[in-house]
Amino acid sequence: MNDKNKNKGRTENIFPSFLKTDAFIVSAIIVFSSIVLFAITLNFAKVPPILNRGIQPATFPKILLLFIMFLSCLNFVLALQTPWKSHMSLPKTFYHTLFILLIFSLISKNIDFFLGLAFLSVAITMSWGERRIIPIFFVSVIFPLLVFLLFEKMLNLRFPGGLLTNLYYY
Amino acid sequence: MLAPLFSVKLFAALFFGTLIGLILGILPGLGPTTGGALILPFTIALDPLSAIILLTSIYCAGTYGGAITAVLINTPGTPAAAATCLDGYPLAQKGEAGRALGIATVASTFGGVFSVFVLVAFAPLLAQIAYEFGQPEYFALAIFGLTMLASIGEGSPIKNLMAGAFGILVSTVGKDFMTSIDRFTFGINELSEGINFIPVVVGLFAISEMLIQSTMLNQIFNRVALKAIRLPSKNDYKLIWKTILRSSGIGAFIGVLPAEGGTVASLIGYSEAKRWSKEPEKFGKGSIEGIAGAEAANNAATGGAMVPTLALGIPGSATTAVILTGLIIHGVRPGPALFREQPDFLYGIFGAMLFANVLFFAFGILGAKIFARVTLIPNQFLWPMIFSLSVCGTYSLGQSYMDIWIMIIFGVLGFFMRRFGFSVVPVIIGLILGELVEGTLRQSLVIFDGNWLMFLQRPIVILFFFLSIMALLTPYIRRKRALSS
Repeated sequence: MNDKNKNKGRTENIFPSFLKTDAFIVSAIIVFSSIVLFAITLNFAKVPPILNRGIQPATFPKILLLFIMFLSCLNFVLALQTPWKSHMSLPKTFYHTLFILLIFSLISKNIDFFLGLAFLSVAITMSWGERRIIPIFFVSVIFPLLVFLLFEKMLNLRFPGGLLTNLYYY
Repeated sequence: MLAPLFSVKLFAALFFGTLIGLILGILPGLGPTTGGALILPFTIALDPLSAIILLTSIYCAGTYGGAITAVLINTPGTPAAAATCLDGYPLAQKGEAGRALGIATVASTFGGVFSVFVLVAFAPLLAQIAYEFGQPEYFALAIFGLTMLASIGEGSPIKNLMAGAFGILVSTVGKDFMTSIDRFTFGINELSEGINFIPVVVGLFAISEMLIQSTMLNQIFNRVALKAIRLPSKNDYKLIWKTILRSSGIGAFIGVLPAEGGTVASLIGYSEAKRWSKEPEKFGKGSIEGIAGAEAANNAATGGAMVPTLALGIPGSATTAVILTGLIIHGVRPGPALFREQPDFLYGIFGAMLFANVLFFAFGILGAKIFARVTLIPNQFLWPMIFSLSVCGTYSLGQSYMDIWIMIIFGVLGFFMRRFGFSVVPVIIGLILGELVEGTLRQSLVIFDGNWLMFLQRPIVILFFFLSIMALLTPYIRRKRALSS
C-alpha cells in the first residue's frame, strides 16, 4: 500500500500539473494530428509552374494546418490563465454505445446492412435500460423495415446486398 | 409570393414541412439542422421549389418548436430556445404554462414574419451589391463570415476559429478542383470526390447527440402539465410589444451575420429585454418580457440568416447551410444571378417562409398539447430510430458505404468537440465555405500574378479585412473592459 502511494507521488512529481489538464491533452492531440497531416502535405504532387494556378495544391492546407497549430498553442496558453471546465468521467453506457457503433459498422459492411441496423437497435435499447420485448421488436425490426421500404419505394434506392437484403432483391 | 398557397404540391410541402419542423424542434437534441439533414434525401423526389419550401418550413417551425419543450420540461428543444427556459419554465411552474406558450407563440410568429420582410427587402439589395464583387472581394467576404462566426458564435472565439479552419481543411480532402491532384485521400478511391456535406452534418449533430444522450440516461425531466395555450391578454401585449419589436430587429440583424443565428440572437434578445425592462428583477422568475424577447429574436434570425444564403451563397447558420446544400443538389446556384434569373423561385421561398410562420402559429395554438407528447418518447427508442434514419439517409445520397464511416467518425469527433467546448457549427460553415475560400484565394492570386499585397489595393477587401480583425478583437476588448469594471 505504501509503495503504491510512493509511486503515485513520484508520477505526480514527474509530470507538472498542467500536463494533466484537458486543455493540454486536447491541444497536444490537435498539434500532433496537425503535424502528421502537415507531413502528409509534403508528399502531395506538385504541378509545373505553367499549370500552377496561383499556389501549389499543398500550400492552402499547409497554411490552414499552421493556423490550427498556432491557435491550439494560443488556446493552451489562455487555458493556463482561465482553466477549462472540468468534466465527470464518461459512464459505461457511453463506451457501450461506442462499441455498438463499431460492431454495427462491421456487421453492416460484411454481413448485412439491415442486420447491422437491427443489431444496433436491439443493443442500444437494451444497453440504455429497456427490457420489454415488444417495443424492442418494433424499434429493431419493424422500424428499420419501414425505413427500408420508404427509401426503396420512394427514392428507388438500392441498398447494398447482404444476407437479408438479398432475400428481398432476389 | 402566394404560389405556395395556390398549388397543392407546394402547399403540401409547406404543411408537412411545418409539421415535421415542429415535431423535430420539440424533441430535445434534434432540431431544424439535424432534421433538415435527415429530410434532405427525401427532397430528391420533389421538384426544386417544393424541396426548398419543405426545408425552409422545417427551419421556421423547428426554431419555434424548441420553445414548447423549454417551457414544459425546462430543456430547450433547440439551442435557440435555451434563453426561453429561463423565464418560460418558472412561469409554467406557477401554473401558467398556457400563458407562457401563448406569449412564445405570438412572439415567435411576429419575429418570423418580421424577418421575412427583412429578407424580401434586403436580399435583393445585397445581391445587387454583390454583383460588383470579384474573386478577391468574395475571398475577403468569406474570411469575414468565418471571423464573425468565431466572434459572435457560442463559446470561445479561438475554439470557434479552430473549428472553422478544421471545416475548411475537411473541404480540401479529395481531388484539388484546379489541378486534380489528390489531397488527404490516403489511397482511398471514395475520398477522391471529397467529403460530402450530409454525412458530416448528420454525424456532428445527430450521432454526437446520440452519444451525449448515452451519458445522460439518468436525467429526470420535471414535466409541467399543459391544459391549453392561452393567447396574451391586452395587458400582456402592452407589456411585451416593445420587447417583441426590439428583439425582432436584433434577431434579424444577428441572423444576417454568418453565425449561429437563432442561438446568439435569442441570448442577446433576452439580455436586451432585461436591460430595457421596467421590472428587471422579475427576469428568471417567469417574466413574460423574457419569453417574448428570446422567442421573437430566435425566430427573427431565420429570415435574416436566409439573406446571405440566397444573396451571396454564404450560409447565415448551420440550418441555412443544409438549405444551401438542398439548393445545390437541385441545381440551383444561390448568389446574385439567382435574383435576376429565377425571381419566381425566390418569391416562392419568401412566401413559404411567411406562411410557415402563420401555419406554426395555428399548429402551436391548436395542437401544442398534442405535439408536446412527443417528448414522452423514451430516449432508448427514439435514438435507435433516428440512427436508422440517419444511416439510410446518409447512404442514399452518395450510395457509398464510405459516407456511413464518415458519419460515424464525425459523430465521435463531434461528441468530443462538444465535450471540450468546441462548437460544431463552424465546422459545417467552414466545410461549405471551404471551396469558396480556397477557390477565390487562388483565382485572386492568378489575377494578382502571385502578389499577395495586391489584396490591399482593393477598398472592399480592406474593409472586410478590417471588419474581420475588429470581429476577432471585440470579444477580448469586451472581456478586458468587463474585468476592469
